[in-house]
Amino acid sequence: MEVADIRKHYGDLKAVDGVSFTVAEGEFFGILGPNGAGKTTTLEIVEGLREPDSGSVTLLGAQPWPRNAKLLPRIGVQLQASSFFEKLTAREQLETFGSLYGVPPAKATEMLELVGLSDKANVPENKLSGGQRQRLSIACALVHDPDLVFLDEPTAALDPQARRNLWDVLRAIQERGKTIVYTTHYLDEAEILCDRVAIMDKGRILAMDTPAKLIRGLDAPTRVSLERGSLTVAEAEAFQGVDHVQEDETSLTISTREPAPVLSALAERGALDGLQVRTATLEDVFLNLTGREYRA
Amino acid sequence: MTAFKSLSAAMVKGFLRDKMALFFAFLFPLMFLVVFGLLFGDAGGDKTKIAVVGEGPVVTALDQTGVLEFEKFDNPDQARQKVNDGDLPAAVVVGDGRVDLTFAASDQVKAQTVVGIVSGVVDKLNVAATNTPPAFEFAAKPVEDASLKPIQYLTPGILSWAVAISGVFGSALTLVSWRKKQVLRRIRLAPVGPTAVLSSRVLVSVGTALLQGLVFVAVALTPPFGLKLTGQWWLAIPLLILGTMAFFAIGMLVGAFCKTEEAASGAANLITMPMAFLSGTFFPVESTPPWLQAVSNAFPLRHMNDGMLDVLVRGKGAEALLLPSAVLIGFTLVVGFIAAKVFRWED
Ligand SMILES: Nc1ncnc2c1ncn2[C@@H]1O[C@H](COP(=O)(O)OP(=O)(O)OP(=O)(O)O)[C@@H](O)[C@H]1O
Ligand SMILES: [Mg+2]
Repeated sequence: MEVADIRKHYGDLKAVDGVSFTVAEGEFFGILGPNGAGKTTTLEIVEGLREPDSGSVTLLGAQPWPRNAKLLPRIGVQLQASSFFEKLTAREQLETFGSLYGVPPAKATEMLELVGLSDKANVPENKLSGGQRQRLSIACALVHDPDLVFLDEPTAALDPQARRNLWDVLRAIQERGKTIVYTTHYLDEAEILCDRVAIMDKGRILAMDTPAKLIRGLDAPTRVSLERGSLTVAEAEAFQGVDHVQEDETSLTISTREPAPVLSALAERGALDGLQVRTATLEDVFLNLTGREYRA
Repeated sequence: MTAFKSLSAAMVKGFLRDKMALFFAFLFPLMFLVVFGLLFGDAGGDKTKIAVVGEGPVVTALDQTGVLEFEKFDNPDQARQKVNDGDLPAAVVVGDGRVDLTFAASDQVKAQTVVGIVSGVVDKLNVAATNTPPAFEFAAKPVEDASLKPIQYLTPGILSWAVAISGVFGSALTLVSWRKKQVLRRIRLAPVGPTAVLSSRVLVSVGTALLQGLVFVAVALTPPFGLKLTGQWWLAIPLLILGTMAFFAIGMLVGAFCKTEEAASGAANLITMPMAFLSGTFFPVESTPPWLQAVSNAFPLRHMNDGMLDVLVRGKGAEALLLPSAVLIGFTLVVGFIAAKVFRWED
């Protein structure tokens, strides 16, 4: 999948302003960014739902715009706002969407199991909880076993347990050799799931790489914090590899680029009360790139 | 299952589980049928009641005309008093070889009707009594069913109206809600053409219309209403189908312009209600002023209604379908074309 310099303007607003990226087969690619960054617009151009003002998209060797019926069975899409037929149960939704692709009704059972909705099979869609509906929506995107899956904020509105379950589902799909492109607000989640991420803001991609490389590129220190009083500032500053020590009302924080010797020194002293180790995350990457705090 | 079949099934299920849709397709028009049918349904309204004194072949023959109702009296004075009081338009006193008719001049139309009927009957009996064949054979055949009860025009009218309601509302609301809920965009991402989607929705509407026809006619045929079908009732089927298509096209047009379900049902009401009143749903078009009749020609419902009346109660044959069918098909094509031009997949 290849996206080359796509742009989309709504009046004066540059919703997508020159976005290029490629996604390899079997890759799990994440697009991150705050509200209004242009994630959905980018995704919909790639899916062939919107025409870009300029730029080109190639999916599995074909152009998605204008509507390309040969390509459609090979891609699966979950739209950001879930789309369901009226008054149908979870199973019927899956059967109906499946039939649009010539999938036999029996596949619905399998999909319900995959997203953990087997016990809700006969519940009407509008009586499902937000998270359950989200899971059903993902199942509907996967029902025809597409090679390339687009998910727009699949984990929004999910409780932590459901989010983790969904991660397993997504990983399982990837293991079956599928390519996944998804958007999210959760930087921590992208860090765990994605092979590569693109960080977007104001219609542009600010950075794109594996999460590990992006974080390493920051060269940000690891912060070790302890309960206040377990160590004095002077004692902490005496450790090997410490860059900076800071103390506030509740805690003492040590910044270091060599966490291993600092941690072993702390362990030797038995000063491990309330120990927290925080390494840099994608949030720090975002902060660094935009000069703004990340707010999902 | 093919996309066409499963989409149809999905829409049928959606329809059957939507209490409001069911109500407006069946119960709501049926309420009108029942109320109007019972309100105007009393056959006495059509028969003229007269006072009768005496018995004999003349009275029997008068009874057989089927348009008079008798109030029997024992003495002629009592009967004439009724006419004098204005309670009854005429009194017939049958004596030995003599028929006396007293009528109230104040009600010219009714009185003349009674005079005509009675003199006709008496003349006929006179001719029969002479045992010579009549010089002129007189044959009269009514165009409508003789009883001409309101149920005869109410049934075709309300049926056409019901088909119009469910056709316009069904297609407009489906289109709007599918667009709003992004189902249209989602379907667009699946390898099915617009034809499959559209034709499955049309199929559901046509099925609904046929079911409406069945239910309404069945109800109207029961004794309290006493509908009498004449001619070939099954000729109503092509009309039901073509009418559905025309109203479906109107609904698609409404759906293309409206963003919300509320706006769509408001607009659909604005179209179906006046159209129903002007097209002879609740009263015969013939009883409206000529200019109104001319205006009503612009409505597909008027033509569907005309066709329905012809084949259900006027005893006409397939030739009565020609004009209504042509109008309905033309309407479908023109409105459908415009609707396709302004169609939007998303807001
Ligand atoms: N159809 C449209 N007409 C006008 N402006 C639009 C349209 N669609 C999106 N926009 C604008 O384009 C910008 C990018 O929107 P987009 O939906 O791509 O953001 P997003 O990154 O998906 O945000 P979110 O995280 O909230 O889903 C927004 O400022 C939005 O207001
Ligand atoms: Mg979005």
